[in-house]
Amino acid sequence: MRLRLIPDDTKINFFGFAKVTFGGSVVLLVLSIVAFLAFGLNYGIDFKGGTTIRTESTQSIDVGAYRAALEPLNLGDVAITEVFDPGFGADRNVAEVRIQAQGDAESIAPETIAAMEAALTAVDPNVTFASVESVGPKVSGELIQSAILSVVGAIGAIVIYIWLRFEWQFAVGAIVALVHDVGLTIGLFALLQIKFDLAIIAALLTIVGYSINDTVVVFDRVRENLRKYKIMPLIDILNLSANETLSRTMMTSGTTLLALIALLVLGGDVIRGFVFAITWGIVVGTYSSIYIAKNIVLMLGVKRDWSKKDPRTVGRYADVEGK
Amino acid sequence: MLHISAYKQVMIWLTVVVGLALALPNAFYSRVETHNDALAQGQDDTSWPGFMPSGLVNLGLDLRGGAHLLAEVQTADVYATIMDATWPEVRDALAADRDTVGFVTREASRPDQLIVRISEPAGAARALEIVRGLARPITSLTGVGSTDIEVAGNGPMLTINLSDAEKLAVDDRTMQQSLEIIRRRIDEVGTREPTIQRQGDTRILVEVPGVGSAQEVKDIIGTTAQLTFQPVIGGAGSTSDPVSAGQEILPSVDSPGTFYLLDTAPVVSGEELVDAQPSFDQNGRAAVSFRFNVSGARKFGDYTLDHIGEPFAIVLDNEVISAPTIQSHIPGGSGIITGNFTVEESTNLAVLLRAGALPAKLNFLEERTIGPQLGQDSIDAGKKAAMVGSVLVVGFMWMTYGLFGFFANIALIINMGLIFGGLSLLGATLTLPGIAGIVLTVGMAVDANVLVFERIREELKTAKGPARAIELGYERALSAIVDSNVTTLITAFILFYMGSGPVRGFAVTLGLGIITSIFTAIFVTRSLIVIWFAWRRPKTIEV
Repeated sequence: MRLRLIPDDTKINFFGFAKVTFGGSVVLLVLSIVAFLAFGLNYGIDFKGGTTIRTESTQSIDVGAYRAALEPLNLGDVAITEVFDPGFGADRNVAEVRIQAQGDAESIAPETIAAMEAALTAVDPNVTFASVESVGPKVSGELIQSAILSVVGAIGAIVIYIWLRFEWQFAVGAIVALVHDVGLTIGLFALLQIKFDLAIIAALLTIVGYSINDTVVVFDRVRENLRKYKIMPLIDILNLSANETLSRTMMTSGTTLLALIALLVLGGDVIRGFVFAITWGIVVGTYSSIYIAKNIVLMLGVKRDWSKKDPRTVGRYADVEGK
Repeated sequence: MLHISAYKQVMIWLTVVVGLALALPNAFYSRVETHNDALAQGQDDTSWPGFMPSGLVNLGLDLRGGAHLLAEVQTADVYATIMDATWPEVRDALAADRDTVGFVTREASRPDQLIVRISEPAGAARALEIVRGLARPITSLTGVGSTDIEVAGNGPMLTINLSDAEKLAVDDRTMQQSLEIIRRRIDEVGTREPTIQRQGDTRILVEVPGVGSAQEVKDIIGTTAQLTFQPVIGGAGSTSDPVSAGQEILPSVDSPGTFYLLDTAPVVSGEELVDAQPSFDQNGRAAVSFRFNVSGARKFGDYTLDHIGEPFAIVLDNEVISAPTIQSHIPGGSGIITGNFTVEESTNLAVLLRAGALPAKLNFLEERTIGPQLGQDSIDAGKKAAMVGSVLVVGFMWMTYGLFGFFANIALIINMGLIFGGLSLLGATLTLPGIAGIVLTVGMAVDANVLVFERIREELKTAKGPARAIELGYERALSAIVDSNVTTLITAFILFYMGSGPVRGFAVTLGLGIITSIFTAIFVTRSLIVIWFAWRRPKTIEV
């Protein structure tokens, strides 16, 4: 017997609870914006400038003692977080020490790093420094700019592609779904205050890519069904298409999530934030392609009556139909 | 009906075999790495068969450990140097017409310009003419028709600026020179596969795998090794003692509190060195031996001949390394610098002297050091996650699609191999996010197969027989596969273009993964199904 995530021939009315699903998304999106404005993002040094030192020790970590040791160095804003990972044994204790950019200096002075390392070694003689990363304010400013540009650029390029391949209503549906996915991800990061750095931007772009992938599969079926059932109301066509592709949507999201959960649990703490963002994005991306993108297409309507206005298009479709 | 031409079959499987062969060296990473190193050093090595591909996926710094630095070259430093060099030229040119322009003095100004004052305001026009006569046409492509300096007159004052075209040309030259010097210095230390790249107009990216800290790299490249040999006038109490023009006071490196009063005009400078090697003096202490070029050797020979018994100072970066007394005439142009060096210091000093001075200061904007252990941990964690993830996906596919799922799984494993083959072929760098990209691809790669299989299921309900259903399944799923993957490919391109370092590594694996997964889904799985179908000729199929 085969495993079936979704029974054959589902007839779910995806617009049945539009008030709850679509409205819920709107509310969540608004909440995300509120969270972003209220808490802000916990920017990593990529975007804020500063220095991060990753310490590892066989002894357990006393964050208070670390803080007290660094206090006399007058480094300004110091953040110390202990890092946990199921892969660490009892004798492996990891912490991340982050300090703000020092004065106008672009990169941190070697003396400062040496002083910090000496202060931490005094607290815990077994401590080792697994990595030291420092980004100057000049570069971090540029990184923010290019990060925003790349997310906006990616969404723009995709929308243009969708517009060329489908109708403009589909492009609008796609862009709303993408903004929804990116917005909710940023909102979650603001809410949970997870470190937001360059890798998260890469994750956002991956989400954009995955979400649009899902949306396009549904749209492709809508396009096909529009040709097949010339008089069926648009809402029924959208529902039919979503039902027909539902099994695939769930399968692909399922396999992707399986792989991602393995990575989330076993992939180590260094990329956990990145993987977490993608995992969350896959969930909202799948949701948005079923519940958001189609609703927009329904609201905008699609020009159905090609035969009278544009005979060229009909010729193209008729060919497919004939097989 | 359900048929792929033999020619196509051969092409498909040939591609698979070549791709997997390219990936194979990565399974024996350290063995192939030592083999490649041995070959690079011209040794004969048989630990890896020569007929096999030996390209490896480069590991990024976050996996291998090492240092990453982004430096900005202060190209404006060079403007100041040029202006300093222009001053004697202007002075001498104006001195020839002393009757009209009077005496010439240099006024205080911004470092990148030169302001001179003449004592006879009446001769201003003539002075302007003379100085403008010194301007040289620029030969660069963009600067056609312009000259290197621009001169403006204001009463008795003449202001000389570099033209914009000349500044561009200077910037470019400075960058080339800095890149070359950094490259030489890092190569001298002999680390493997450093990356030294120009980024944008004035930046240089340096990545050196395997070093302990970014500071070590900075020490190697950041030091402007300015070596000069200067006459010693006498001792001094501190750097704040009054000095007359043409003299300076510099501290001693070895004995703090000792200062030397020196003539600023060097006898010979480091630019005239042709070679420097770490060596030992007669007492067995570490030292650096050096050799001058012909003109340097002559100057050095003349000076030592005239000043026997007098001390002279060997100055490195404004510190006196040693101030020996000239014992005898040194005619051959070679000598030895002694000081309180360790062997390592003398080696580094020799490297710095040999590579020459950086034309401009470097300002470090970004530096990262990743410990090798952290990288190894990341590789181990990534491997484990990839394996567990693959097993889960493979199991899931098999449970859902049975035999067809099994075909898709074979394609998935081939797909993983092809990604590594592609990465090795491109010489791309695998980073930690890149590993995540591969794991993500494992999840997403089955998508194309899922699309096809789901479509075949649908077609089975209506089509006449399994062969037709399979054919229609592939045909009708194609547009969804193409459209959905093109959009993902667009994001991978944008990531690659906009991103840097680890993010770029992610973009490469994601993009490559999309291409290989389309190939395996459309061609490899299909080929497997066609072969199976021709062999078993099933009356019904279950997908």
